[in-house]
This record gives sequence, C-alpha cells and structure tokens, in this order.
Amino acid sequence: MTETLVRETVAEPPDRAAPPRRKRREDPGRGWRLYLPLGLYLLFTLVPFYWMLVFAFRPTGSTALVPWPITFEHFDTVWNDLGFGLFFRNSLLIGVGTLGVVSVLALAGGYALARFRFRGQRVFLLALLCTQFIPGAMMLIPLFVIFKGAGLLNSLTGLVVADTAFQLPLALILMSGFVRNVPVELEEAAMVDGCTRLRAFFAITLPQLRPALVAVGSFAFIGAWNNFLFALMFASRQDKFTLPVGLSYALGEFNTDFGALAAGGVVAAVPVVLVFAVVQRFLVQGLSAGAVKG
Amino acid sequence: MTALDSRPAVAAPRRRRRQWAPYALIAPTVAVLAAFLLYPIGSVLYYSLQRYNVTQPWKNGFAGLDNFRRMLSDDPLFWQSLLFSTKWVVAQVGLQLLLGLALALIINETFVGRGLARSLVFSPWAVSGVLTTGIWILLYNPSTGIFQELANLGVGDHGTSVLGDPATVFPATVVAELWRGVPFFAILLLADLQTIPKDLYEAASVDGAGRWRRFLSVTLPHLRDAIVLSTLLRAVWEFNNVDLIYTLTGGGPANQTTTLPLYVARKAVDSHDFGYGSALTVAGFVILLFSSILYLRLSKFGSRA
Repeated sequence: MTETLVRETVAEPPDRAAPPRRKRREDPGRGWRLYLPLGLYLLFTLVPFYWMLVFAFRPTGSTALVPWPITFEHFDTVWNDLGFGLFFRNSLLIGVGTLGVVSVLALAGGYALARFRFRGQRVFLLALLCTQFIPGAMMLIPLFVIFKGAGLLNSLTGLVVADTAFQLPLALILMSGFVRNVPVELEEAAMVDGCTRLRAFFAITLPQLRPALVAVGSFAFIGAWNNFLFALMFASRQDKFTLPVGLSYALGEFNTDFGALAAGGVVAAVPVVLVFAVVQRFLVQGLSAGAVKG
Repeated sequence: MTALDSRPAVAAPRRRRRQWAPYALIAPTVAVLAAFLLYPIGSVLYYSLQRYNVTQPWKNGFAGLDNFRRMLSDDPLFWQSLLFSTKWVVAQVGLQLLLGLALALIINETFVGRGLARSLVFSPWAVSGVLTTGIWILLYNPSTGIFQELANLGVGDHGTSVLGDPATVFPATVVAELWRGVPFFAILLLADLQTIPKDLYEAASVDGAGRWRRFLSVTLPHLRDAIVLSTLLRAVWEFNNVDLIYTLTGGGPANQTTTLPLYVARKAVDSHDFGYGSALTVAGFVILLFSSILYLRLSKFGSRA
C-alpha cells in the first residue's frame, strides 16, 4: 500500500485553476456542518481545563464560575507546603534527562535506519514496532527487581533510564522518517567535495533536522513528565516524588481541598500543554511523512 | 516497511566498506532495549514459575505451574478483571475511533482559525492520566462540580455523584479517558488524510459521487491501514492503561472497575506477590499477542500492498 501511496502523492499534478471557491458556493450548509460539531467538541475539550483554572484561582469557599479576584493562595500551598516545588524540579530533571538521552540515541539510530542498508535492519525495525505492544504496567515487577539489583531505586537517573527505554523506540522510528526527508544528495555532494560522512552529517544534515529534534525531544519530554507508574513504583521516598505521584497523593489526602488539587494540576499541566502546542504540528507532519507506515 | 526498499541505492560501495557504521549507531539503542525490555520479559516468564514474594522470602522457590493453576481455577478476580478489561478496551477504542475520525475530517478542512482549533482540540493528548483524574474529579465532584451547576440551571438533580454510583461509574470513567484519548486518533488519522491526493476527490466528483459516496469510496479505503494500525496500538495501550483507573476509581467500587494490569500493579505495589503477579503478566502478554495476531489476520492488514 505504501508504494502505491507514495507514487500517487509524487504523481500529483500541479494545482489547476482553483476549484474550492466554486465548491463552497455549491455547498451552503458547509459552515454549520463544520463549526457546530467543532464548537461542541471544543467545549468538551476546554470546559475541563477551564474548571481546573477556576478552582485553582478562586478563593476557598467561593463558588463563582469566574475566578475574580484572582488568588494565588492555592499555589502557595501546593508549591511550598505540599512540596510541589521539589516535585516540579524532579519532574523537570527527569524530563530533560530523558529528552537528552532519547534525542541523541534516536538521532544515531534513525540515521542508521534511513541512510544505510544493513543486515538485520528489518529485524531491528520490527523489534522497535513490537516494543509498542509491551505494557509498561506489566513490566513493573521485573523492572523493579532489575532496578533493585542495580541500585537504581529512589534515583532520578533510574527513572530517566526507565523512561528512555519506553520512549526510545517510537522516537527512533519518527526520527528515521525525518532523516529520510532530508535529501541524501546534499550529503553526498559534500562527501564528493572531500568531507567525511561525519562532517557532512554535522554540516549539512543536522541543521535541517532541527525541527525534527525539537519534535522528537518534546515527545520524549512529555512522556517522561507524565509517567506515573514507574515513578510511583521506583521512587518511594518523598524527596524523589515527581508531579504525577505528588498529584496522586493530593487526590487521596486533600479530597476536600479542591483548590490545592487544581493548583497542583495547573503546575503539572502548564509545561506539557505549552510544549505540546508548539510541537503538535511536527507530529502530524512526521507521521504524514510515512514514519508510521515506515 | 516498503519505504526502506524505495530509497535510492547510492554510494553503495562506500557503504559496504563501512558496514560497521550502522551497527555502531544502533548499538546503544539495542543495549537499552535488551536490558530494559527484552531481559525483563524473559525474567517475567521465569518468575511466573516461582513462588516469589518480597515480604515472605522464606517461602520463595520453584512453583511449577501452581501460579497458573491458581489463576485459572481459584481466582474469580482474574476472570472478572479480564472481562472488565475487554469491556473497557472495546468501549474506548470504538468511541475514540469514531470521534477521532470525525474530528480529523473536520480539522482537515480549510477554515478560519484552523491552526488554533487544532492546537486546542489536540491538547488533552499531552496531559497525564493522573492529571486527567484530577481534572475530572474537580468536574464530577457532587458539591461544586459541573452537575451541581447544571442542577442550578434546572438540568438534573443536585448532589449527583457520578463516580459514587455503580450505575454511572463506568460511563463517567469512559468519558474522562475519551477526553484524553480522542486526540491520538485525530492526530494519526489527520496525518494520513493529508496524504490523500486531491485529484482522487475531483475524479470522484466528476463521476457524480456525492459527499458520502466520496467518503466511502475514497477516504475510508485510503485510511484503512492507518485505522487498523491505530486501533490495534490503542487497544493494546488501553488494555494496559493503569494511571487513570488506578487514580480515578482505584478499581472500585467492589473491584467492579479493576482491569487485569491494575490487578497486576496492585499485586506488585501493595502485596509484593511477584510470582503470582508475573503469572498474571504472562497471561496478559499471551492474550494481547494472540488477539493482536488475530486482529491483523482478520483485518487483512497491508494486504493491498
């Protein structure tokens, strides 16, 4: 299927006299059919976010649906009294660590998949795809035993390692799609001019892969930032808690303090939602480029 | 996978001489995956044949198939959790696919504010399961939640507690996970929609095909493999999803919402019964593996290549 698809896409003729305007006139209900379901879905997406913001910014006891005047008391509570400042730092270190390791390994492996043809390539790719079927929750027991033996319990490094193992396969597959999109001819021209492959890679290909690195790295960051079970299982000491673990305790202990829960939620949500808003474009592009079908 | 073969074969002699390079490049990845994915899978098989409880080390030892016998014959919770897992996966994947496809079709149109709408509707994808729980607990809570506000407007009753009522706990949990899960399908299907050549639609229009007809004969066949792959990935993922259910319902009330992985996680985290937990894990693996193969066979994935 992929091959027919590629051929069709390539064979696409240049745009002829633009027909969309004519189409729109034929189709008077288009606005309704588009904006009504979209509006309803946006409501479904945004009301929960809004609910959290309202609870986070309105004073305790208030039931106003618009949080005015805004208060930061809940943020003060969670950040200083409940330790979310520390959890934020832990999550950030794990997220950035995973981002770094995954980006470098995915770049190396993705380049190998895209630019070389070698024995075992198909097996490697198949193995990467198969890892997507491995359940994280079900790996808890063996990983716990390994981590205990390796002294990686209650350590941020251990969590970076576990997150890397689970984020790397998809990152590598995505990255190989991105590398394939950079024309190999540029690199070869540089090599003809006397560059080594390594020089050619750093001078020619790497700069073109900057958006790809942003995308792949961000998804690794989001995955690590959000991981709950590994952090719960492998870091039981409170000074190693991450935001999801802290939040899960807030769910139990402060069931009545919705303001604190919401403020903790905002602290956990803001970084990933911002990162995601920036990079979601690349995800669709990367997948379109054939990474999934790869 | 065919894309690998379609690459231009250039500079082949040079590559053959430097055949160590690709292996050096993938070596770290292979090492990480072998140590933290492959080896654990092997060790789970080993533990499943052992009595292995961290809190009762004096009882540890070889158990043969005892764990599996106990699972199949004296553990009603195993069967119950498996049944609920199935129900959960079918409900989630079915609804996420329908809504995700609809959303992808809408976002694929050209309209004012498309970029912003896209970022907004995709954003729950980035939110963790625990945070989803936090958000929906705020929304569902009986005293200051959304049902209270709706009741103030005259819709429904005051004091509705959807998570406390056995009749509504399942749909309420499903909706919370849908909120986070639909964007996955929307993103994947949108990526595939963007590879459909426009002239296919034009040709269909010229042949007199209406909107519905074009969807059925152009869009849907084109999306088929993407739909099969994304539903399969998502089914596995939802089967294994623990974060949300663990924190939202804890598997209750009365184990009614306990999935198999949640049961495993509780065996591991709470009772440290690693041997029996491993046997449950192996059962989960086998079930997933065989249902995946069956699904790919039945859907004839990639057969149009």
